[in-house]
Amino acid sequence: MVIAHLDPLAASLFSLMTIVSLLLAFVMLGSRWLDNYLYAFAGESWVIAGLSASVGYYAGYPELYLIAILTALFRGLLLPYLLWRIIKRLEVSRELHEILRPSTALVVGALAVVFSLVVAYRIGGELGLAGTVAVLALTVMLSMKLIGFLMLTVRHEAISQILGLLVLENGIFLGAQILVPGMPLLIELVILFDLLIVVACFGVLVQYLMSQIGSTSSFELRRLVG
Amino acid sequence: MAGTPLIVLIAAPAVAVAGSLAGRGARLAEALNLAASIVAFIAAVGLVAVAATGAPRTWWADYILLDVTGAWVILCAAVVYLLASIYAVGYMRLLGEEERLPRFYALFAAFALTVFVGPLMNNAGLYWIAIELTTLVSTFLVAFERDAGSMEAAWKYIIVVSAGISVALLGTVILYWGGSLVLGPTYDLTWATLRGAAPKINPGILTLAFLLVLVGYGTKVGLAPMHTWLPDAHSESPAPVSAMLSGALLNTALLGIVRFLSIVDASETGALPRDAFIGLGLFSVLVGALFIVRQRGIKRLMAYSSVEHMGIMALGFGFGGPLGVAGALYHMLNHSLNKSLMFFGAGNAMRSYGTKRIGGIGDVMGRFPTQGGLWLAGAAAITGAPPFGLFLSELAILRAGFHGQYDWVVYAMAILLIVIFIGFLNHFRIMYYEGTDGGEYPTTVVSSLWCVAPMWLALLPLLIFGVWWPQGFTSYFALVSQALSGVQP
Repeated sequence: MVIAHLDPLAASLFSLMTIVSLLLAFVMLGSRWLDNYLYAFAGESWVIAGLSASVGYYAGYPELYLIAILTALFRGLLLPYLLWRIIKRLEVSRELHEILRPSTALVVGALAVVFSLVVAYRIGGELGLAGTVAVLALTVMLSMKLIGFLMLTVRHEAISQILGLLVLENGIFLGAQILVPGMPLLIELVILFDLLIVVACFGVLVQYLMSQIGSTSSFELRRLVG
Repeated sequence: MAGTPLIVLIAAPAVAVAGSLAGRGARLAEALNLAASIVAFIAAVGLVAVAATGAPRTWWADYILLDVTGAWVILCAAVVYLLASIYAVGYMRLLGEEERLPRFYALFAAFALTVFVGPLMNNAGLYWIAIELTTLVSTFLVAFERDAGSMEAAWKYIIVVSAGISVALLGTVILYWGGSLVLGPTYDLTWATLRGAAPKINPGILTLAFLLVLVGYGTKVGLAPMHTWLPDAHSESPAPVSAMLSGALLNTALLGIVRFLSIVDASETGALPRDAFIGLGLFSVLVGALFIVRQRGIKRLMAYSSVEHMGIMALGFGFGGPLGVAGALYHMLNHSLNKSLMFFGAGNAMRSYGTKRIGGIGDVMGRFPTQGGLWLAGAAAITGAPPFGLFLSELAILRAGFHGQYDWVVYAMAILLIVIFIGFLNHFRIMYYEGTDGGEYPTTVVSSLWCVAPMWLALLPLLIFGVWWPQGFTSYFALVSQALSGVQP
């Protein structure tokens, strides 16, 4: 595996970028303004694009440059733009109902990171990878997954839920860049396009929600039970 | 040409999508979709015949795979697509949405297309994408009626299922990582490659990957406790769509779990993956039973019955062995036929009585003798009563469970099936024998031949499969069982 013998500069660069994207996930978790979510998400996507490019450079996968450019364009520009248009159409700029206050959510998020760290250490130890960037990537991948689920459960605005889903995907994508840089190009490309379709579908659905229920908060979705 | 039925299968719904969108006529879209479903059904039968003749075939640089397991799932989907397309002609006219019908049929055919494509994917990553596409297309079918209820169902559906299958993507990436430690950094993520590499992949990674995939695709299959989207989506969508969701979509997602299980089986990971699969299956039957007993909505009743039956199939594949696999596959076909019949009956009742509540439906037999009789026979069949197909398949699965250490699971399953039998048929007793004195249940007679004929078409094979388990099926199921356990034919 390439990442097992990296030169120290590359290893620290990768670590820095993964940590920054984890921090940005916490920014999303700790804020209640929809704008902030969007900026943090766009920033995270740019960091991931940078990560793709540097993995491509240091590990010798030129096709990752293409992935980096597309990630920056799609996840860093196009998706935030689409979401920004949706936010502008709605008359909500912040979460109104909170199950967990942002401060509490941050603490729970930290616990999720600790849990991921334990799992990643265990797996890394078993594979003889302890102390490499692979363990860190696995930790960040799992914790962004958990943070994404946390956002899905404690947030009620439709936009927050979409962003929660995108954080889930970002986590996987980030982990994949470090763990499996050799993943076939076709699959990465298709997943990128797929994401675009997902967000387009969400845009249409949010519009329907607005026109039928008059609100985009999932607090209003409690008709179907039992 | 072995590839011909494959091309026809994909081309028929694709043509229907294009034609419905271009033609803009409701009648034209109906006819195109119906024709596509007939052609697709014939092609699916051809595919099964081709698959049964030899080793798995691949096309397009190994991206497309035709194997016995996938072909069977496609056949089940094609059966439901055919029945639902016939039914849709009658049912969708009742909704009074003439000008939106072309869009409905375009989406409906596209949904069928994505369901057919999923089992043909030879690559775990592309399979994931196909499953994701089925979600996106069917969300808009669930939301088709555009009232508050269907919007809520569609929103919950897309959020829960997208979040769920992103877990499956994580599992796939972790499996790829585990494989890359063995096979080198770049390789094709095909089922056969993974299976070949499985004995050398670290068991910890393999177990983690399988559990993530089980939870992920399990969400889409509707295994409890990830089933929460299912009753909402099934009850709020138009009846033909409910049938497709239940009879075709769930099987396609189950196939993913079965393929990953077959990969894990090739390694030394111990019993945990299989136990987890069986555990979720049994829990689904339990949840299905509890919610069936206390259910008040007619389509939600059918939806929870789907949770139960997916649980039974999970148990069949989980018990494994030739008998377990055969039982699960036979159950898949019978369930597809039977659940279509049940949703058609529910759709007819809903339109005739103008309500989805079980309490608002009464004296069905007195007012609708033909379709009432068909629906009641279907209700007996879905609870596993002889002489219908599900009795035989459930019996096979129960027998398969007695081989190993799973005896208590079999006993629990048998008890739950009895609970479901009583609970389910009690609702039908209320709907058939309350209000026989006339009055109080206002009805409008709406059923056309389009709405009743597919019920016959579903019930008759169900009855035949109940009294006669074809010899051809037995040998086919043996092939599937061999393929899943890695024996080359």
